[in-house]
Amino acid sequence: MANDMNYAKVDKRSEAEIVDQAGQSWVYSDTVKDHFFNPRNLLLELPDATDFDGVGMVGSPACGDMMKIWIKVNPQTERITEMKWQTFGCGSAIASTSMMSVMVTEGEGMTLAEAQALRPQDIMVRLDGLPTRKVHCSVLGDKALRKAINDYFKRSNQPERVVVAGAKVIDKVLNITDHDIEEAVLDGAHDLEAVQAKTKVGTGDPSCLPEVEQLIRFYYEKYYG
Amino acid sequence: MSDIEQKTTNANQSGPWRDVYLDHAATTYLDPRVRAAMEPYFEQRFGNPSSLYRHGRVAKQALDQSRATLARLIGAESSEILFTGSGTESDNLAILGVWRAWQEQQSWQAKVSATKSGEPVVPSELPHFITSAIEHHAVLHVFHYLEKQGCPVTYLPVNAEGIVELDSVSAALRPNTLLVSIMLANNEIGTLQPVAEISALLKQCTSQQGLKQRIYLHTDACQAAGALDLKVNQLGVDLMTINGSKIYGPKGVGLLYVRQGVKIKSIIFGGGQEKGLRSGTENLAAIVGFAKAFELIEAERQTENRRLTELRNWFWQEIERRIPKVRLNGSLSQRLPNNLNVSILDIEGEALILYLDEVGIACATGSACDSATLDPSHVILALGVPYEFAHSSIRFSLGKRTSRTDLEYTLEHLVPLVEKLRRISPVRMELDSQSNQLSAPEAFVGERLPHWQAKPDVAASDQQKSRE
Repeated sequence: MANDMNYAKVDKRSEAEIVDQAGQSWVYSDTVKDHFFNPRNLLLELPDATDFDGVGMVGSPACGDMMKIWIKVNPQTERITEMKWQTFGCGSAIASTSMMSVMVTEGEGMTLAEAQALRPQDIMVRLDGLPTRKVHCSVLGDKALRKAINDYFKRSNQPERVVVAGAKVIDKVLNITDHDIEEAVLDGAHDLEAVQAKTKVGTGDPSCLPEVEQLIRFYYEKYYG
Repeated sequence: MSDIEQKTTNANQSGPWRDVYLDHAATTYLDPRVRAAMEPYFEQRFGNPSSLYRHGRVAKQALDQSRATLARLIGAESSEILFTGSGTESDNLAILGVWRAWQEQQSWQAKVSATKSGEPVVPSELPHFITSAIEHHAVLHVFHYLEKQGCPVTYLPVNAEGIVELDSVSAALRPNTLLVSIMLANNEIGTLQPVAEISALLKQCTSQQGLKQRIYLHTDACQAAGALDLKVNQLGVDLMTINGSKIYGPKGVGLLYVRQGVKIKSIIFGGGQEKGLRSGTENLAAIVGFAKAFELIEAERQTENRRLTELRNWFWQEIERRIPKVRLNGSLSQRLPNNLNVSILDIEGEALILYLDEVGIACATGSACDSATLDPSHVILALGVPYEFAHSSIRFSLGKRTSRTDLEYTLEHLVPLVEKLRRISPVRMELDSQSNQLSAPEAFVGERLPHWQAKPDVAASDQQKSRE
């Protein structure tokens, strides 16, 4: 028995050495690790509605992570002067959004057009790569950023500049999509009046109203039926 | 030293680095006494138990002895123990083996009646299987396969405490039910399942309803081994899975207990070892180690259970006291002594695991980000909570070498790390969220919902099928 105890101690020491050695090679690159442990541009206090010019939030259909991004825009230069973020996400999501916030705001800051064109691949290059399995976690940041830019366009009364990927534009004058209708329904607007109060859909182009009514019924049944 | 190394070193200023392994439910280290017992079987006693000469006889003797030891410890006959390559393999053999025996009997009966009457017989209805929604994938995925073969399978729900209710078992039984497979203790949340009660219920229902066919009961006891009494007659099981890698034994070895008289056919073909049910030269060193490990853990079981229960309960109390918005997943009283599974709301599990790893603490998460399939834990979801609870779940599983100092060290790091991750998080969940709905669906609609939200609930779809 005494012998056994000695074995146990010896074993524990050698195991610890092995762990130390293996611990040197992390599953992520050093840059990823740095941004994960020391994330840049985090939003630590919830802001007032007027503190930022645009907000965007997206969820990952792949794994359920969530990402929220706030931006400040200089309306003269159309450059992003500040970008803050929060995430309910894993190591890759934290690191890639941190890196993105650096890329968007470094120097004078990216123009809105540059930021809209930012791709997950560009972020990954700066991160020195991500494991294949974790790539889907890194696509949230730029999606949330595009949503925040769209939000800025809406707030600054430039709805024609809203860019929507993969959505169907319903109101061509105000650039309102089926996703906007869906969000309004999810937000508690369950009839045309309430949806119009939120989105102003159809106020410029009443010809789209029958389709809007149909969509409201569809989404209402989908989520509350 | 690079900047990065400097920063990570600075992050650990609160004290010396400590190696704290809290993932014993994943696997355990090899007990040195077990290694010592295995040692002679690598070089000196390397023979093949099937050989007739001395080397073979020596090996055969060790094989027989190990089998006898394990049989004695679970109250079985030696002839009822089959050695396999893992717990997963034992689960596969139990379920598919019973299914294959049923199939062979059918084709034999068809042949006999075709010879007698000269007319083809109508094939009988495919057998029905019952399991639970919280089984290990080694069981669950076998049943998914059987479903693809056309067999109806009922996935029993669990209650909010993570336990299968007896009423749901009796409600699910059908005249053609062939096998029920319910784990003895869950691997993620450690909840104990009423296997002995289910066995009594099956016997009662069989005699009451005058069923011709016997309903077999299988249990996966891999997590329960070392913590619960595994006497097969007390449990009333016909088939039982145990493996070596969770009881301080070697990996790559498991056993399947098969009660005398259970009709089962092999799923591996070859030299006919293990009564023809598991061909392949026996992994003797591992089998010897497995028997030794089980013997040791059984001898220490009761004192170790008391120690672990006390330690675990203290750990949970401290977590609850020091971290707001935490939820224990599964019953506290009907639970393995070494298991603690908590959802720390608003944080994502994988990120927390990586931060803890940096300070030497190893534990597991039910987060989707940490799984190969990107599904959040099916076990936590089965408790009827939102997916964010699964995404936030952390499993600490204690072991023989876990000390109070280890847990104090863990708490010291856990508390600030949770605070840090919560500051990062845009999610604000409430502890009493009881619906399975997404907390912020507006974040998802533009890019469609997470894939598991679109999946029909397995239990619900099965109920629907049975209604049709």
